[in-house]
Amino acid sequence: MTPCPTMHFLFLFPSFPAATPPAPVKMADKAVPVVEKSLADVKLKELPRWLAGRDLTPNGLVRGVTGGYDWYYKKYINVKKGGIGGISMFLFGYVVISYVWSFDHIKHDRWRKYH
Amino acid sequence: MTLSLFDQFLSPVVCWIPLVAIAIILPWILFPSPTTRWLNNRSLTSQNWFLSQATSQIFLPINPPGHKWALLLSSLLIFLTTMNTAGLLPYTFTPTSQLSINMGLAGALWMGVVILGMRTQPTHSLGHLLPEGAPALLTPILVIIETISLFIRPIALGVRLTANLTAGHLLIQLTSTATLAMLTIMPVTAIFTGILLFLLALLEAAVALIQAYVFVLLLSLYLQENV
Repeated sequence: MTPCPTMHFLFLFPSFPAATPPAPVKMADKAVPVVEKSLADVKLKELPRWLAGRDLTPNGLVRGVTGGYDWYYKKYINVKKGGIGGISMFLFGYVVISYVWSFDHIKHDRWRKYH
Repeated sequence: MTLSLFDQFLSPVVCWIPLVAIAIILPWILFPSPTTRWLNNRSLTSQNWFLSQATSQIFLPINPPGHKWALLLSSLLIFLTTMNTAGLLPYTFTPTSQLSINMGLAGALWMGVVILGMRTQPTHSLGHLLPEGAPALLTPILVIIETISLFIRPIALGVRLTANLTAGHLLIQLTSTATLAMLTIMPVTAIFTGILLFLLALLEAAVALIQAYVFVLLLSLYLQENV
């Protein structure tokens, strides 16, 4: 009689799938509806579906805009050692928006036409 | 179709939203309301410090009844300063380069100040039409001249701001076009023009701040006469 008879059995028989313990479920594996995700977790191709599922009533739009403003303010301005970065990023975005707004007019500029 | 020099003063519209609307909302976004905290973040602290300094400077010579106008004039100062300086960024639109906006502000505020003076102390307000120490013989002419100067004030206020900003933007556009055009043909001249452009941009930044301050200062002077 060997001291550990079960060990011989383990050596002789192959390990069945049922014998291995199941893999632990990670948080990322849970399926969340696209609409309930926060904007940072939404993938680019899911963006139209996310936008369509949001609250598009006037009140909802106002809440969305003020929520976005508050998020930016808390993250970049209302911090302990806020620097020039927060306002600079905002002003850069303002310049980009102004460019997008004026593009239809600027594209007729002579320097752009004859490149 | 080539663009004319004045096309930079058009307000383009995308999805029925004109760029002027975004430019006017900008001061509202950049200056959040003060909080109830004892110590705010750096941005808010510097804004509040600047505003309290400027307001106390402007309201130093004004009588206590005129201090009710502090909120209006300080918010006007912030509004004009922000719009003027934000207009110096590339591709942005400057609302204060439009006569409509400046005349709207100047006319309404001047009229408010004059009506306030006429209602609360009509004799004192009308007395400003004849300066002290003037010879009696010149009284009729002086009254006519002072009346004309009184009614010219809103036009002068509005047109001063418009003309300063429009002229500055036009000069910048002209100088930058010249610099770019000469860069391949006459590089040395282009360098001098580039230096001129840099100095002009500095001047425009100063003008943006000064003109906003002058607008508010003149209104405070008109208020001082009438309150």
